[in-house]
Amino acid sequence: MIKITKEIVEEHGINSEEYDFILKSLNREPTITELGIFSAMWSEHCSYKSSKYWLSQLPTKNEFVIQGPGENAGVIDIGDGYAAVFKMESHNHPSFIEPYQGAATGVGGILRDVFTMGARPVALLNSIRFGEVSHEKTKHLLTGVVSGIGGYGNCMGIPTVGGEVEFNSSYNDNILVNAMCVGIAKKDKIFYSKASGIGNSVVYVGSKTGRDGIHGATMASAEFDENSEEKRPTVQVGDPFSEKLLLEACMELMKMDVIVAIQDMGAAGLTSSAVEMAGKGNLGIELDLDKVPCREEKMSAYEIMLSESQERMLMILEPDKENVAKEIFEKWELDFSVIGKLTDTNRLIINHQKETKADIILDILEKGAPSYKRPYEINIFDDEGIKEDTLINDNPISILKKMIASPNLCSRKWVWEQYDHMVMTDTVLLPGGDSAIIRVHGTNKGLSVTSDSTPRYCASDPYEGGKQAVAEAWRNLISVGSLPIAITDCMNFGNPEKKDIMGQFAGVIKGMIEACNTLNFPVVSGNVSLYNETNGKGINPTPVIGGVGVVENLDIFSDQNLKRKNDFILIIGKTTGHLTQSIYANELLNYKKGLPPKVNLEEELKNGLAIKELINKRLIDTSHDISDGGLLIALTEMSMKNIIGFELKIEKDNLNSYLFGEDQARYAIAVEENKIEDVRLLLNEKNVFFEEIGQACKDKIIINNNNISILELKEIYENWFNNYLSKA
Amino acid sequence: MKLNVKIMPKNGVLDPQGKAIENSLSQLGFKNFSEIRQGKIIEIDIDADKDQAINITDEMCKKLLVNLIIEDYEIIFDREE
Repeated sequence: MIKITKEIVEEHGINSEEYDFILKSLNREPTITELGIFSAMWSEHCSYKSSKYWLSQLPTKNEFVIQGPGENAGVIDIGDGYAAVFKMESHNHPSFIEPYQGAATGVGGILRDVFTMGARPVALLNSIRFGEVSHEKTKHLLTGVVSGIGGYGNCMGIPTVGGEVEFNSSYNDNILVNAMCVGIAKKDKIFYSKASGIGNSVVYVGSKTGRDGIHGATMASAEFDENSEEKRPTVQVGDPFSEKLLLEACMELMKMDVIVAIQDMGAAGLTSSAVEMAGKGNLGIELDLDKVPCREEKMSAYEIMLSESQERMLMILEPDKENVAKEIFEKWELDFSVIGKLTDTNRLIINHQKETKADIILDILEKGAPSYKRPYEINIFDDEGIKEDTLINDNPISILKKMIASPNLCSRKWVWEQYDHMVMTDTVLLPGGDSAIIRVHGTNKGLSVTSDSTPRYCASDPYEGGKQAVAEAWRNLISVGSLPIAITDCMNFGNPEKKDIMGQFAGVIKGMIEACNTLNFPVVSGNVSLYNETNGKGINPTPVIGGVGVVENLDIFSDQNLKRKNDFILIIGKTTGHLTQSIYANELLNYKKGLPPKVNLEEELKNGLAIKELINKRLIDTSHDISDGGLLIALTEMSMKNIIGFELKIEKDNLNSYLFGEDQARYAIAVEENKIEDVRLLLNEKNVFFEEIGQACKDKIIINNNNISILELKEIYENWFNNYLSKA
Repeated sequence: MKLNVKIMPKNGVLDPQGKAIENSLSQLGFKNFSEIRQGKIIEIDIDADKDQAINITDEMCKKLLVNLIIEDYEIIFDREE
């Protein structure tokens, strides 16, 4: 027996108050296995103890939501008997330690969250954030993460269709890897994790259990320090081929009426899946660990319960249906083992080698889990504008050249070309635009998907930043002509025990609540990653929003590419030229003070719905949301694909603020000559503010008296990654 | 100085290739074997004496050849020369 000392308790991330509660509840000292179980279940990652109070305030329902947060993934009704199942999750710390495997297993984990609910995954997205490009680790981490994402997704045969890449010094020693998966299921064939049926069998399927990632969940919640590299041997290695087998075996079994409940073994492995499934059903669960398929010899109960080996699932089956399932899993060369049963005791009982290693009342683990309303203070930057004389007097073309060659605005093609984004042949709108569109296989309906966040806005004003992240995801779905339905969120923040960081979290959530409500865009799933700090320095608050929308008819959608010379260029929404916290200010002028643009949600709604109507009525087929970098960057992105340029005639005193400011609720659209009257009419009718600023033209970008060829711009736009990575 | 670097997955780290080989062998009817792990061998010829060669190879391993997070390595000399 291992004696539980104060040090051991501390190592498990349990504070003295929490430990006292454990002692009182158990009425004895916990065994080491029990302590491990408490530590995993009460870690930030599993218990949401610092975030629960705030998360529970987010809107989670609208007329499309079938299942909100609390399950493996969220489920929405997309019509015609289909449902979309989706979620985003972080794999930040593992990816920092071993970028390839960390990112790969992140993708593997989010795939399981989706197919465990009965949905076949159809698309992956990844929001990845690295330190500044000059940081010594950035190249290694970037290449490792991108190949890890590609490696796993490509092997599984699931297209990676979107995401974000950002470089910022706040991620120097704490990168972010947030993976999102979207799947499609028959609406009446969704599988849940709530266990039921006393006496039913608890079944382990998938790969064997090794000593992988022991205490990954606890590690993911502990601040990194100089010694964190010592924690290396716990890294999990992904095996996408096993996951593919697991996917197909689950899909085959799900066609039969056999599974009572199912959940993947993700963070905290067997512990969290067993506890959560039995807990949701208000039942007890008894496991015999001698029956767990192990990869290594002499694994202890503690190790088996906390292992985070990948590609494993836990299912509840009626005992007389075990054989049906067994046959399928053996056919797919996967382990299948009945490891326990459901009881009516509300206890978690773990037996191993003829001893009871744990006996805990489930309510203590779940409902007894700590929940803190931590002190917080919402701080925003001072409202310091940029002085006129610091503005560059350059002509806009030369600023444009610098901006599109900067790491945060250049083409992401190098990244997404490494991902198979066309496999399954249902990718209707490819990566590189506002949203990707995936056909619902065999139908003429599509799903639009996007992921967005603007951390520098959140750092300077959490509330506006929270609103903006949701609004931008909504806008990206609108600008392809789809109806935005719901979101998943991945909340990456620093140490919540610090008032100002907790304030960032609270402020962002408040902003999100308002945006979700106004835009009818609820949260259906998500994940929280806290303690993203290195040596006490927090990352920029990064709420990544994954949005999903529906394209009713795939004959009618829009993309961002200019298609015809002479099309009228319209800017929808007001441009005041808001420069503070813009990319122009932050990266070109190196001016990081001041407030981000305000998000007027009523304007967002009005302008967005007008854009959607224009697309749906086939009045436009070219639209792009204006975000990072502002108006001119948006228009330049629109010109790259078909090498069709534009000529702008703008007479403003503050031309550069106008062109590079980041006011919200704006879109750039191109309108054919014979439709311009109808477009003006509709916009005026809806009382939508718009400006006509020029026309599309041959292969040049012309602004008043300056011009540049698109091919010249394209060269610098598309080559940044190659140049960066080829330098030693 | 000719030497080999033998690189193997660390003990306890999942080795999907080894697992695949193991599965295929048992499908072919082979019995009584277990614990297959697959690594790799890298041959290097270094123009230096043995001690120096070890030092240089060690650095090569740490900087490029080996992913120390999931692999172990061993420097092996062909034969005492």
